[in-house]
Amino acid sequence: MIEIRMHGRGGQGTVVASKALGIAFFLEGRYIQSYPQYGVERRGAPVQAYLRVAEPGEEEFVRSQIYEPDHIIILDPTLLDQINVLEGLKPGGWVVINSPEPPEKLNIPDIYNVATVDASAIAIKYRLGTKAQPIVNTAILGGYAGATKLVSIENIKEAIKQVVPIKPEENAKAAEEAYHSVKIRNASEVKV
Amino acid sequence: MTTAMKKVLTGNNSVSWGVKLSRVQVISAYPITPQTTIVELLSEMVANGELEAEFIKVESEHSAMSAVIGASAAGARAFTATSAQGLALMHEMLHWAAGARLPIVLANVNRAFGPPWSIWTEQTDSLAQRDTGWIQIYVESNQEALDNVILAYKIAEQVNLPVMIVLEAFVLSHTNEPVEIYPQEMVDEFLPPRENPLYVVEPGNNYAVGSLGGPDVYMEWRYKMQKAMERAVDVIKTEGENFGDHFGRKYGLYEGYMLDDADIVLVSAGAFTSTVKYTVKHYRKETGEKVGVLRLRAFRPFPHDALREALCCRKKVAVLDRNISFGHHGIFYSELKSALYRLKDDKRPPMFGYILGLGGRDITPKDIREIIEDVKTREEIEEDIIWKGVKP
Repeated sequence: MIEIRMHGRGGQGTVVASKALGIAFFLEGRYIQSYPQYGVERRGAPVQAYLRVAEPGEEEFVRSQIYEPDHIIILDPTLLDQINVLEGLKPGGWVVINSPEPPEKLNIPDIYNVATVDASAIAIKYRLGTKAQPIVNTAILGGYAGATKLVSIENIKEAIKQVVPIKPEENAKAAEEAYHSVKIRNASEVKV
Repeated sequence: MTTAMKKVLTGNNSVSWGVKLSRVQVISAYPITPQTTIVELLSEMVANGELEAEFIKVESEHSAMSAVIGASAAGARAFTATSAQGLALMHEMLHWAAGARLPIVLANVNRAFGPPWSIWTEQTDSLAQRDTGWIQIYVESNQEALDNVILAYKIAEQVNLPVMIVLEAFVLSHTNEPVEIYPQEMVDEFLPPRENPLYVVEPGNNYAVGSLGGPDVYMEWRYKMQKAMERAVDVIKTEGENFGDHFGRKYGLYEGYMLDDADIVLVSAGAFTSTVKYTVKHYRKETGEKVGVLRLRAFRPFPHDALREALCCRKKVAVLDRNISFGHHGIFYSELKSALYRLKDDKRPPMFGYILGLGGRDITPKDIREIIEDVKTREEIEEDIIWKGVKP
């Protein structure tokens, strides 16, 4: 089972991203469960969404929250300074983050794989959201697929077209560009 | 025949799809979190012509229930949905719907009552409607939510009693998972248009519904309601099997999981049972101890005989209640104790009642594992409530 936790801010499309990534894995033939943080979301406030992906052929999950994720996806880099976004992440796990910086520049422990992608710039390029508040949720998924290679970019694009209400083509292109431009720093040898 | 399609849906939208496939004719509802997205999708389906139904907007849940009572009395297949505070506001009319013997289906998304204000899950809201004369069925997954809306009409229209489908807030209502959506013609074969209503109020066919029932007739009305409830036990069982034959998914009065040889049985209802099952499966693998799960589905009618048979002679039974009856104890625990009373002393297992997860507090595999360990240390019932996870 893969457990993924997504961090964003209310209004960025974090919940839609968790559903789209879930559908992408579903299109790969995997059983999934995705859900938002059980709260009262407000625009701009930190929000979380969760995704579980079953092993091929399996179809059962717990229904509790995710405390020890395998992967973390961060839509807003300013969250790094505000909350402990890495809490519970398993050693050897992935951190995929929206940032213009190379992974080495982010002060993330070397027990984790880190991938950065400038999802904000990509979103602005494809006119997703506004310049002040770009909608980065589809670009970051492309970055996730490019870094982890656990799900194909074709299925990411198909999933985006299914769940994104406006500009589906532009959103799919943003994901594609992020897929190809993601920068990776692998974890150093870890004892798990 | 076209094949079924699988879609990733929330629990709430699975209910909406169940309503659409049941060809419901009248929907009336008032929005309340966490129910709202059920009727939101239905209103879209009605607006874009996918579902041929009247959507009646009202100013309160009391009016919503009143509107579907009128529609059902006029012979229509009617639906509403609500949660907690909204269900409580319907309370008077819940009695009315059952007393008028109307096969309405209501989806209740379990939400804790305020104050303190809460939108999170707890089963007390639906369980507090125990004595209204409604059949109540608790579901565990989104697929079961969709399936049981269809099944609910099948049951309701045979026994002329309303049915409440109960699903947990967020844990199910807002959780996405793959759900099979059946072709319409396949559902039509299982659930034809509403047949043989007890009565139909329509122009030229005048009835007074709800007139005075004096002491000379009232008791017989209640006797008949009870008989219909008793009959519902068999109908739920039979139609659950028929559903399995037709759609490939069978539903019973309850569900057993690793139950056959279990010495210790954990009893729960609703979506968090997934976490119970998962933990029990792993616990068995690690320890070899015979732990099993009994998931309650029908709460009214309460299937006394089936549960007595299922739990007879077990070493221990632990009931996990995400609800409470103040001044008494966990509601499922209390009901189950009463069902097992008729077992002989040497066949009646000691029962332990745990209360956990109130107001949406997360129920984790660790909690379940600790409960299993705790049950193992207990022999006699020393207290009727064992609180799990209350902060000091």
